[in-house]
Amino acid sequence: MEQATSVIAWGNRWDHFLARVGVRRTGGHRVKPGLYALGRPTPDSPVFVTANYTLSFDALRSALADRDAYILVLNTRGINVWCAAGKGTFGNGEIATRVRATSLEQVVSHRTLILPQLGAAGVSAEEVKRRTGSDVRYGPVRAADLPGYLKAGQATPEMRRVRFTLADRLVLIPVELVHAILPTAAVAGLLWLTGAKLAAPAVVVAVLAGTALFPALLPWLPTREFSTKGFVLGGLAMLPFATAAVSGGGALWLRLLSALAYLLALPPVTAFLALNFTGATTFTSRTGVKREIATYIPVMAWLAGTGLVAAAATVVARLVVGTP
Amino acid sequence: MSVAQASSLNTLRYFESLCVNCGMCLDVCPHAVFEAGPEAVRLAQADACMECGACRRNCPTGAIAVDSGVGCAAALIRAALTGGEPTCGSSGGPNGGGSPGGGGSSCCGGEKPEAPEER
Repeated sequence: MEQATSVIAWGNRWDHFLARVGVRRTGGHRVKPGLYALGRPTPDSPVFVTANYTLSFDALRSALADRDAYILVLNTRGINVWCAAGKGTFGNGEIATRVRATSLEQVVSHRTLILPQLGAAGVSAEEVKRRTGSDVRYGPVRAADLPGYLKAGQATPEMRRVRFTLADRLVLIPVELVHAILPTAAVAGLLWLTGAKLAAPAVVVAVLAGTALFPALLPWLPTREFSTKGFVLGGLAMLPFATAAVSGGGALWLRLLSALAYLLALPPVTAFLALNFTGATTFTSRTGVKREIATYIPVMAWLAGTGLVAAAATVVARLVVGTP
Repeated sequence: MSVAQASSLNTLRYFESLCVNCGMCLDVCPHAVFEAGPEAVRLAQADACMECGACRRNCPTGAIAVDSGVGCAAALIRAALTGGEPTCGSSGGPNGGGSPGGGGSSCCGGEKPEAPEER
């Protein structure tokens, strides 16, 4: 058995930072699966189960400061509790395997496992009881609520609710940005080099709107669906560019066509990124996401396609007419 | 089986006549979809269901049905384009994040997951 502490060291904080900016996302933030002793546990001490993702493990052990307990780390391949539960890696089979591999029944005298509530999506308490003889008790959603849960012996309704606060959303932005940065830089760079000095920053703004502004403003954007929220935000973000295009040089119809290109081609980019963000939220359903994909992906494709045609027409017309 | 209570926004179905009032669904649901009642649990806000499947897995009498599975837009779009089953993280799509509750977030970790085990 390994010894764990509840102290979050600078090395841990650096690891959390790297996880939050998407560095070594593929299994780079793992804890060795197995049984850990926190403090000086006795056979009566409680057993907490978690995932072998450093952010999950660290949230748990830091919430148990000054307590004696066991932590059973499952092998979820470096994935957090909730997502691993959704995939089944935080599940009945792995719990049974890990309980056996660590000879837990010889370490503790009781037969109770305390699981994070969000692990329930991959676990059947009945099945765990049948396979390991242990009773599953679901703790609160957030590890930080564990002291209150342990004191009261049960979770309050508030502890059972998952939230998606501004802080929860802001912390996701760096990973969204990191994923978008390369293709965006390539497209914007190419546009800039070919002389599209207004289109290049417009592309960057459309992507920033979808990856950074959207998560931040989510609850305040109108409509319920993510795609339409994204269209609204993307449209607003493109207004300055459309205005600049209208007030540029050349014939009026050309300027209007150019403005139209901005308003058609780029809001779908923001809307697509917004739709993708459903995967990072704590409340969207699979049925809802499927419906949005069926309804709005074709709309995005058509609008973007029409916008690109308008943009190409503007470029060709400018060449023919001879205005910049 | 008796008449199901359901939502038009998701696949949740609740068969109240099968409920033995153990309260397990109240413990596992992260969106307070169910509410305690004198004889049986009540379906309080079906529309808030996100189809995580925790209640179905932990209901001892099968009083709850819901289609759960990979819900990431990136995975679903990929599945729609390729005609396959949605799987998380096979290409490390633009998606990431999730569960601030577990203190962690890196849903699509980019690794091929094992098939979720059926109950």
